[in-house]
Amino acid sequence: MSENQVKYTAKDFKSDQEVRWCPGCGDHAILTAIQRALPQLAYNKERYAFISGIGCSSRFPYYMNTYGFHGIHGRASAIASGTKTANPELSVWQITGDGDAMAIGGNHFIHAIRRNIDINIMLFNNEIYGLTKGQYSPTSEFGAVTKTSPFGTVEHPFHPGELVIGAQGKFFARSFDGNIKLSTQIFEEASRHDGTSVVEILQNCVIYNDKTHAAILDKENRDDRTIVLEHGKPMIFGKNRDKGLVLDGLKLKIVTIGENGITEDDILVHDAEESNPGLHMMLVNMQYPEYPVAFGIIRKVKAATYDDQVVEQIETIQAESKIKNVDDLLNSGATWDVE
Amino acid sequence: MHIKHILNALCAFTFWKIFFYADSISTNKKTMNKKANVVQLEEVTIRFSGDSGDGMQLTGTLFSNASALFGNDLSTFPDYPAEIRAPQGTVAGVSGFQVKFGHKVVNTPGDYCDVLVAMNPAALRANAKWIKKGGSVIYDADSFTEKNIAKAGYTTLDPVTELGIQEYNIIPAPITSLTKEAVKGMGMDNKSILRSKNMFALGVVCYVFNRPLSYTEEYLKEKFKKKPAVIEANKKVLSAGFNYADTIEALTPTYEVAPAEITKGKYRNMNGNTATAWGLLAAAEKAKLPLFIGSYPITPATEILQELSKRKDLGVKSFQAEDEIAGICTAIGASFAGNFAVTTTSGPGLALKSEALGLAVITELPLVIVNVQRGGPSTGLPTKTEQSDLMQALYGRNGESPIPVIAASSPSDCFDYAFKAGKLAVEHMTPVILLTDGFLANGSEPWRIPSMSEYPEIKAPIAKEGTENWMPYARDEEKLARTWAFPGTPGLEHRVGGLEKDKLKGNVSHDPMNHQEMTEIRDAKVSRIADFIPELDIVGEENSDILIVGWGGTKGHLLTAVNELREEGKNVSLAHFNYINPLPKNVEEVLKGHKRIVVCELNLGQFANYLTMHFPNFKFEQYNKVQGLPFTVMELKDHFTKLLEEK
Repeated sequence: MSENQVKYTAKDFKSDQEVRWCPGCGDHAILTAIQRALPQLAYNKERYAFISGIGCSSRFPYYMNTYGFHGIHGRASAIASGTKTANPELSVWQITGDGDAMAIGGNHFIHAIRRNIDINIMLFNNEIYGLTKGQYSPTSEFGAVTKTSPFGTVEHPFHPGELVIGAQGKFFARSFDGNIKLSTQIFEEASRHDGTSVVEILQNCVIYNDKTHAAILDKENRDDRTIVLEHGKPMIFGKNRDKGLVLDGLKLKIVTIGENGITEDDILVHDAEESNPGLHMMLVNMQYPEYPVAFGIIRKVKAATYDDQVVEQIETIQAESKIKNVDDLLNSGATWDVE
Repeated sequence: MHIKHILNALCAFTFWKIFFYADSISTNKKTMNKKANVVQLEEVTIRFSGDSGDGMQLTGTLFSNASALFGNDLSTFPDYPAEIRAPQGTVAGVSGFQVKFGHKVVNTPGDYCDVLVAMNPAALRANAKWIKKGGSVIYDADSFTEKNIAKAGYTTLDPVTELGIQEYNIIPAPITSLTKEAVKGMGMDNKSILRSKNMFALGVVCYVFNRPLSYTEEYLKEKFKKKPAVIEANKKVLSAGFNYADTIEALTPTYEVAPAEITKGKYRNMNGNTATAWGLLAAAEKAKLPLFIGSYPITPATEILQELSKRKDLGVKSFQAEDEIAGICTAIGASFAGNFAVTTTSGPGLALKSEALGLAVITELPLVIVNVQRGGPSTGLPTKTEQSDLMQALYGRNGESPIPVIAASSPSDCFDYAFKAGKLAVEHMTPVILLTDGFLANGSEPWRIPSMSEYPEIKAPIAKEGTENWMPYARDEEKLARTWAFPGTPGLEHRVGGLEKDKLKGNVSHDPMNHQEMTEIRDAKVSRIADFIPELDIVGEENSDILIVGWGGTKGHLLTAVNELREEGKNVSLAHFNYINPLPKNVEEVLKGHKRIVVCELNLGQFANYLTMHFPNFKFEQYNKVQGLPFTVMELKDHFTKLLEEK
């Protein structure tokens, strides 16, 4: 995919449109991270297509100086799938939120993942409907009090990572709005991965769901309540880098290095490329306070992509078939002459 | 004005005009040598009926293809239940296939049949009403057991008398037992033997109508290439049926319908769904764009998706989506990327696509939406035909959301209208809805194969790299179409979407006057298509006693009725519409000067209401039918004759 690379900076990807998210919205930082990631990639600017659905995050394409499509609610995965299949040379990015991807667009979301179409899905998860002013979303925690759940929800939330792996997802990563450096790295990796990549970005809605992720992301406690996974490295976390994850029977367990004879060698080493989803499923499902919440690239497994196979199939059939144009087709099969 | 008088050109329907020939015509040595007495007919209608698992669709298709190869003009219509295998032996499970073939031009599959083939008592009961008075019935006598007769809902043990057809030419043939006998010792299991009963029936009918068996034999060879035993068994059963008919005297004399005098050329049999698929391929080729189809299977439109899925050799990207919405949304995404994009569906699916249709309208991307109409509302009558989605196609969206709507009117002209839908979509940068229906989709007729050189180029208004000051919503003055910039083109990066656009730059705009202007422009863009479509033709006089008005799939029946009435000296004319939105420019002129105007359609008057809205100074009477069935020529003629008698 590498081409005669023009050297870009983040500025080249900024459109002339005024960014209209609320001051303090986490979306600003995510926009910055993507605009910083793209110059690191091998595509010329005209090859990018940013495609979104509806919601605050879905205004994103207007702020990118690339090809962009602001779709309708929930349908971005389908639109992006069509765009990528029609022209596999494009680098297609879907921008979506927790409501857009997992409520109204749930069907398209899981099927895009199942097909493994080479699109990069950026899922902004603020656990609330922001654009309609504060109703609970499919990721709102059980009991969340919102405008449509004044007495608390009685719904169990989706965990995006669990849904992605359940839909046979091959790439899942998690970041949060405040960590532009980590986000940038993940976006680059997501783009380089062939197949559907889903990046969940925990995002803060300052107006309708402020501090929803604060329990894990407050600077005070962040190191103890999160773990950043890196492929090939031990799963160690904590302010003092002394906590780690081990397998205890069929469950993950937190241990402290130096206690009960535990050494660094006992700690699990992260293998994002393991195709068996068992451990990845446990990692994406880790919830505070029982576990630290996992960040970084949790799963990254190679598999054939839909768009490549579509092209291959066409090329194979075209080489074999006697039908080269519509005239050939019209005259194929049973015909007769009237004289 | 441009009026064609087609006087008696496409004529008539002559019920059993019989000419006795002393000698036979040399078409099939195998049959002809033996026969002394062959009756020459102008046209014949045969209806094959049986359980939905009896293979009647195949039998009908094979007979039709043999007739087409023989040189007859013909028209077919399958009539099958929604269930794949409804309870065996019940009326609900009866599947039928009707074919009319003629020595002259055939425009409909016939109202009533000359010959009914009934594989069981239920098939006879379901179809007795479709037999012409005094027609022939060939039924499988072995299946008329007490149990089966009861299952079919008869109250006596004598179905023929109960149905009041005892005076008809009734031929009880022991089809099941003779089929068993024919393959005795060939090692066939009972199930396979019963499945080949349809070949016996086909053999009988081929004998009676002097059709060679060679076509069917070739078909069997191809179909069961890897199962020589099955080929042999089926051929044996086919011959057994043929020989049985030769032996019994009930079926002499045999009949022949001489080849039709039709335009010279190379022909093939064509059904509506295949024609639609191929017309779309033709449009893609002429537009020099890859074809992308995003669709979800739905009766009776599925075959278009299937047919296009086969055409990887022509570069088709077929995307079987997870639902109807994804079908159209993937197509919109593909259109954004620069493919010729289509989505195919039937009524309920069009309802699901409504929101996305609006997206295609506001983003002004080319897209063809094919709606193969079926009986509604809701799931309605999936396998039956109707024209009741017209209002949905015209208006079924939020906001001011104009979309061109065109309708095909015969199985084979689905090719042309699919092509035209593609041409309008691409050249005018708009979604276009093509309406066909279950009758056209499944019906078939011989089709003179055109050369693609007869079709015009389709010029996509593609924005070129290096265009100075390119703006996504700048338009050409003639069509008001914007230009189409494909992602991947350097320098033309832009954003489109469902929010209202600035009239030039395409950025989001909430400006009140901009919205008014954009709404009017989108409307005018569609209206201007009237400058690019043909005028409306009239069959008959400009000053008739009744102007019959129709649209879409009813053309064959309306034209046949009008031609026959005109032959009888009645002053009736026909104006049949293929372009619904916008309407042709000369409609008002065509409507003027007639004593009465009657709009005939398979709904409760949707087109009549549409015409009333556009031409409030005319009085549009209605003739409507919503039975899931096409019009019959007979009921149309009766109705018009009655109207003509009113003073």
